[in-house]
Amino acid sequence: MVERPNTIEVEGLVREFKKGPRAVDAIDLHVDAGEIYGFLGPNGAGKSTTVLMLTTLLPPTAGTARVGGYDVVAEGPRVRASIGAALQEAALDPLLTGRDHLRLQATLQGIPRAERKRRADDLLERVGLNEAADRKIRGYSGGMKRRLDLALALVHRPRLLFLDEPTTGLDPQSRTALWDEVARLAREEGVTVFLTTQYLEEADVLANRVGIIDHGKIVAEGTPEALKAEIGRPSVHALPSDDADRGRLAEVLAQFGDPLTEVTKDVAVRLREGVAGLPAVVRAVDAAGLSLATLEIQAPTLDDVFLAKTGRTLEGAGENGASAAAA
Amino acid sequence: MTTVAAQVGALAARSVTRTARQPAHAIPPLLFPVMLMLVNAAGLDPSTRLPGFPTDSFLAFALAVPFIQGALFSTMNAGTDLARDIQTGFLNRLSLTSMRGSALIAGQLGGIVVLGVIQAIFYVLVGFAAGVDYASGPLGIAVLLVFAAFVSVGFGALGVFLALRTGSGEAIQGLFPLLFVFLFLSSMNAPRSLMEIEWFRFVATVNPVSYLIEAVRSLIITGWDAQALALGFGLTLAIAVVALALASWALVERLTRT
Repeated sequence: MVERPNTIEVEGLVREFKKGPRAVDAIDLHVDAGEIYGFLGPNGAGKSTTVLMLTTLLPPTAGTARVGGYDVVAEGPRVRASIGAALQEAALDPLLTGRDHLRLQATLQGIPRAERKRRADDLLERVGLNEAADRKIRGYSGGMKRRLDLALALVHRPRLLFLDEPTTGLDPQSRTALWDEVARLAREEGVTVFLTTQYLEEADVLANRVGIIDHGKIVAEGTPEALKAEIGRPSVHALPSDDADRGRLAEVLAQFGDPLTEVTKDVAVRLREGVAGLPAVVRAVDAAGLSLATLEIQAPTLDDVFLAKTGRTLEGAGENGASAAAA
Repeated sequence: MTTVAAQVGALAARSVTRTARQPAHAIPPLLFPVMLMLVNAAGLDPSTRLPGFPTDSFLAFALAVPFIQGALFSTMNAGTDLARDIQTGFLNRLSLTSMRGSALIAGQLGGIVVLGVIQAIFYVLVGFAAGVDYASGPLGIAVLLVFAAFVSVGFGALGVFLALRTGSGEAIQGLFPLLFVFLFLSSMNAPRSLMEIEWFRFVATVNPVSYLIEAVRSLIITGWDAQALALGFGLTLAIAVVALALASWALVERLTRT
């Protein structure tokens, strides 16, 4: 049997809903074998719809997608056999235990009877649920459910893993533990990971490459470093000691770069000359007789990238998206 | 064991486990029909003195009703469970595995059959405890259990169809009173031959639930009544075939996976 690549190839993928907008609007993307691809965007941007199509749960309206070398429309069962997925809601049966879930999943995935118990034990150990394995799910915390969800996705040793907002609602400790495990899967087992998230930090820490989706279209793609370098210059953020000086401070800073209008707490500009321009800023502020409460220089973040590409911050975009959807 | 058989077994085991871990779901379908039977038997016992009444024990006459009523309860619970799987996304989890669609329906029904037969055994034991003498003997009791399994498949498939079609546990619960109407407009409390109100006798005659009750009743109080059994098994089979076809169609509509 010909070995298929652990890649994701998407061309012109579209999903339209009846009487609704195009949830996904002709996106193209390529994910390499063993890569962690972060799919970043606000609520309602089209992330989950894309995941549903790539995992064969929703037929595309147009376009093509090959996952693990198989076409998602024509070869759905082969795609499903190649992938593991933890969808947005950790859909678990509150009356079953963690071990019950793993056994059921292993049976449905066709794992031989003799191997099921060993596989369940291994995965419970790996996600740190050994002690809770025989407790009903309704007693699990959000973090425990997410870890079990990940274990269930890995039961049949998939070559590709889809994680739809896997850390939403988790405490920092659980989030870090999940990141570690996902990174290990890609690094040590060569699993290709397609990860959707609305957390910039998650994409920054975990992803080899990031795609930013907004209103169903991919507006930027690249490594986090390359995307941030594209924005290039750092920004300087200052807060006057006397709020009455905000206007004067803004005038002074405007000499050194473009104002960041989305920043409301501080007065901020993107420095035209980069970090090298900072001493001149300090001198100009001093010459103007302004007293500052804080002065910071900030390297570009993925939120800056999102802002540059869409004109909105990621957080604000989520709220706007929700309002638009409600409207 | 083949993969599909293992999948059916695992899904059936989940269904049974879920019921066993919810006493509030497991106990009422067992006890409520018995309580209703006892109340009816206490109030309607004098009707056994009517000329042509087929037995002198109303309890033996009414014992058939819990078998069918219990199956209706189980149908509701099974349908509600599947609807909840749809609402919570658990069906998506199952859809992402190598599970065959047919295994989902068969597994769900497998669980219902196991519970239906357990219920039937319970009602048989209640009958023994109440002093009922099963006219068809041990073989008749075995046939009664097989019939209970058939009824569970028929009604269970109906519950699966409704769950897949509506995706709403509330919608299924809303149909519950309708099933009770079918039960009360049947021959549950009187033989059709003794019904004097013409419209009621007509409704009971065209109501398939009457024939299911009469098949069970024949095994308890008559012995071997080929016509009653043929009608009971035939109608159950017809309900099962139609409901399974509807459930299969609804599954295709529900599972949009490629």
